[in-house]
Amino acid sequence: MTDPHALVGGLAGVPLALEPLTRKSFTSDQEVRWCPGCGDYAVLNAVQALLPELGIARENTVVISGIGCSSRFPYYVNSYGLHSIHGRALTIATGLAMTRPDLAIMVATGDGDALSIGGNHLVHALRRNINLTVVLFNNRIYGLTKGQFSPTSELGKVTKSSPMGSVDVPLNAVSLALGSEATFVARSIDSDRAHLTSVLRAAFEHRGSSLVEVYQNCPIFNDGAWDDLTNPGGDGLIKLEHGEPIVTASGATGVVRDPATGELTLAPVAEVGLDAVLRHDAHRTDPTFAFALSRLTDSGRMRQSPVGIFRDVDRPAFDDLARQQIATEIGHNGPVSPDDDAEAATDEALQALLTGDDTWVLD
Amino acid sequence: MPQQVSRVVVRFAGDSGDGMQLTGNRLGADSARQGNDIVTLPDFPAEIRAPQGSLGGVSSFQVHFADRDIVTPGEDLDVLVAMNPAALKVHLSALRRGGVVVTDTAEYTRRNLAHAGYEHNPLEDGSLDAWQVVALDLTAITTTAVKEFGLGRKATARTRNMLALGLISWLYSRDLSPTLAWLRDKFAGNPAVRDANIAALNAGWNYGENTETFSVRYEVAPATLPTGRYRQISGNQAMALGLMTAARLAGLQLYLGAYPITPASDLLHELSRRKSFGVLTFQAEDEIAAVGAALGASFGGSLGVCTTSGPGFTLKQEMINLAVMTELPLVVVDVQRAGPSTGMPTKTEQSDLLQALWGRNGESPVPVIAASSPSDCFAAAVDACRIALEHRTPVVVLSDAYLANGSEPWLVPDLASMRPIDPKFATAPNSEDGTFLPYERDPITLDRPWAIPGTPGLEHRLGGLEKLDGKGDISYAPDNHDRMTRLRADRIARIPVPDARLDDPSGAARVAVVGWGSTWGSITAAVQRVRELGRPIAQIHLRHLNPLPANLGDLLHRYERVIVPEINLGQLATVLRARYLVDAQPWNRLRGLPLSVSELTEHLIATLEEADRD
Repeated sequence: MTDPHALVGGLAGVPLALEPLTRKSFTSDQEVRWCPGCGDYAVLNAVQALLPELGIARENTVVISGIGCSSRFPYYVNSYGLHSIHGRALTIATGLAMTRPDLAIMVATGDGDALSIGGNHLVHALRRNINLTVVLFNNRIYGLTKGQFSPTSELGKVTKSSPMGSVDVPLNAVSLALGSEATFVARSIDSDRAHLTSVLRAAFEHRGSSLVEVYQNCPIFNDGAWDDLTNPGGDGLIKLEHGEPIVTASGATGVVRDPATGELTLAPVAEVGLDAVLRHDAHRTDPTFAFALSRLTDSGRMRQSPVGIFRDVDRPAFDDLARQQIATEIGHNGPVSPDDDAEAATDEALQALLTGDDTWVLD
Repeated sequence: MPQQVSRVVVRFAGDSGDGMQLTGNRLGADSARQGNDIVTLPDFPAEIRAPQGSLGGVSSFQVHFADRDIVTPGEDLDVLVAMNPAALKVHLSALRRGGVVVTDTAEYTRRNLAHAGYEHNPLEDGSLDAWQVVALDLTAITTTAVKEFGLGRKATARTRNMLALGLISWLYSRDLSPTLAWLRDKFAGNPAVRDANIAALNAGWNYGENTETFSVRYEVAPATLPTGRYRQISGNQAMALGLMTAARLAGLQLYLGAYPITPASDLLHELSRRKSFGVLTFQAEDEIAAVGAALGASFGGSLGVCTTSGPGFTLKQEMINLAVMTELPLVVVDVQRAGPSTGMPTKTEQSDLLQALWGRNGESPVPVIAASSPSDCFAAAVDACRIALEHRTPVVVLSDAYLANGSEPWLVPDLASMRPIDPKFATAPNSEDGTFLPYERDPITLDRPWAIPGTPGLEHRLGGLEKLDGKGDISYAPDNHDRMTRLRADRIARIPVPDARLDDPSGAARVAVVGWGSTWGSITAAVQRVRELGRPIAQIHLRHLNPLPANLGDLLHRYERVIVPEINLGQLATVLRARYLVDAQPWNRLRGLPLSVSELTEHLIATLEEADRD
């Protein structure tokens, strides 16, 4: 008999809260230590407001992080949490997700943490499709270590460790995720609370690995990195809404396909007409279209970038498959009749394994 | 009438593809079934298929069987089976004068002789006169014996090992029936290969029986070992079973995070086949992910384990340190191999001790346990898991390539008589104001309570930053860090470990030999030889390297000289000198093999004589 109130998707198997929770329920007693004006506050507020709305038990919510400013996140959420080591949060979350299907797991990570030292783990967690949500705070800089260029910094970035300008080409987190076979890939921005909340909700509700990149401002070491996207009068945010034409925030510019090359480009809607503008489809099994959209992001000074859910498709989650194999095999512990004590049967089976099938007796 | 001998050492050597490991394993198994005590020593190249007939590609497997309790794979060979000239070249020096060498004349082609570095054919130039050479055309005999089964040339050549096994089995009056049954079972799905192998095995036996190749046959009487049910087991098998048993005793799921690495991969293979026991295995993308996943599983209340070897162990240190700081259970099995760097992946060494003790940043105390024989890996694994779970700490278990692949008879343990492990999860707040203090200390053990996610009311955050004593918040307070550092050291130091056992039967010894890990067999055999010469000598072998047994300092100071034989450059000796101000003298050989008993015996006798002169 299934519980009509039981959660589905990414939160299936997580117990419901017995009484309604509020934002305050998820606010810990720790003083938040980010700099004034840091974009991390916006993400924290969005998450603390969203968690009680999901209806899950607080004690079954876990936040795991690596190292960096954003990795202080777990201390501020009043649930179970683990502030781990640089780049490795996803490895810990993997073991936890595999053994505890009753937990809702969020991983908080930064651009340096997830894409530099932890790049390999990000690729493989997304590939495996482990049921967890990764929130990647991208401020295009190393903040905690005081301002070195990061794997998302633009070419030529002048920092303490690159006084003549960085010669590193930046990485596009969404393109990388799509190339890693991720089933849910989204992007949002710290300055748009409603958008951020809706994307995070969809990420938590998706079963499998969800990646949400959040463009986040660092007022100390990289202030204004996203201003050209969000400036009043600017029109750099390309909004992705499933089933809707893909246009910028003002609606003036849309995404069209170049008939000669097949590439996606931006064109004035007034010139090409709304019918020529492509409609977004986040549920395509083939990631080609999502990848093409991800390439509309600037790699240098950020003047245009799509935000929203690039891809949201169903594929069996790695941890579900691993548990299914065990569930299948666990019934094979020898003949267990309904009257048998299951515990005793396991002890018997283990003793038989210890004994092996090739013994001799010395008397 | 076969002649009675007390013990025999046989080594099979050939190309990597000649099936030497399997052949040796079978001779060992058959001997164990006859009641002999056995110890085996596999030795193989890292290349899966090194160039045929080359010196570097020689793979060997040594079997020592006896009518009494033995502790080493033996040294001077009684029999060498050399499938080609390269195998002869590499292994002849280990064969005692007068010993038997069986070899395949068909392999002594000009090309193979050149490969092996022979200018002249050693079968013809008199250079083997000191040994009993049994040079047979094994290839031709095998081809005739298996012709009716229609195998190709390659598959036919692959049954030569069974012919050799049959011949040696006849020579030492071994019962073939266990291997015959094994062949029927293993090749049940391939009748031609099954019947060809059986025919080759029988042909080898009959060749011994019907020709006058050997002037005498031998018998080895059963050994007198403790009564009970025995099985043969390798170190890696015993380790895997130990981990499973510990999880069962604790009532927790066993979770293994691992990345393939020689010689630890068999642990991953073994546990991957145990899904019916609820064992969850994870082949991670790298060594760090493997230990991270294991720690994540522990954080969630499972028994998180990872298995690796030297280079992988190095990569795991930062995550082990996170387990030290968060005081979470974690078991890390390091199957040591010859280093540094990639070193010699298939060869043994015990050179990761200092890395296990001190290879992490900061003051990072971690319990370290070493297994001393293949079957002892079982008890070492159970001990390690018990300490990890009951004291919420990472624990390092040191095995090595020799233990991992070597095998011996094992008295099957009784699960029902084993002490349960109690992880004692916290379920209620532990402070007056009704909150949960994750770093509150048990007054006796100094261990912290362990509350797992999903426990209502005990929500808390852990992390690698320094913790405030009791409450567990982040703290940079100077005195708090000093106190927490000492608390972490003290609580590990308080973990109860059994006293070191002193073996000094005469009570008159002035010299003590101290060892740890897989050198137990070599040291024990050398000590026995010294005593057989009427010289008293004491032996101490350590299982717990951290914390060290409480009585160890007193024991060491009783002796005028302390000798520490190790397969490294003196790591335990360094620890003992630092810890007890005792003049521990290292004795070290690093050849990728167990310590040589005769060499060690000589060294011990020289030391005793020196002590007499003083």
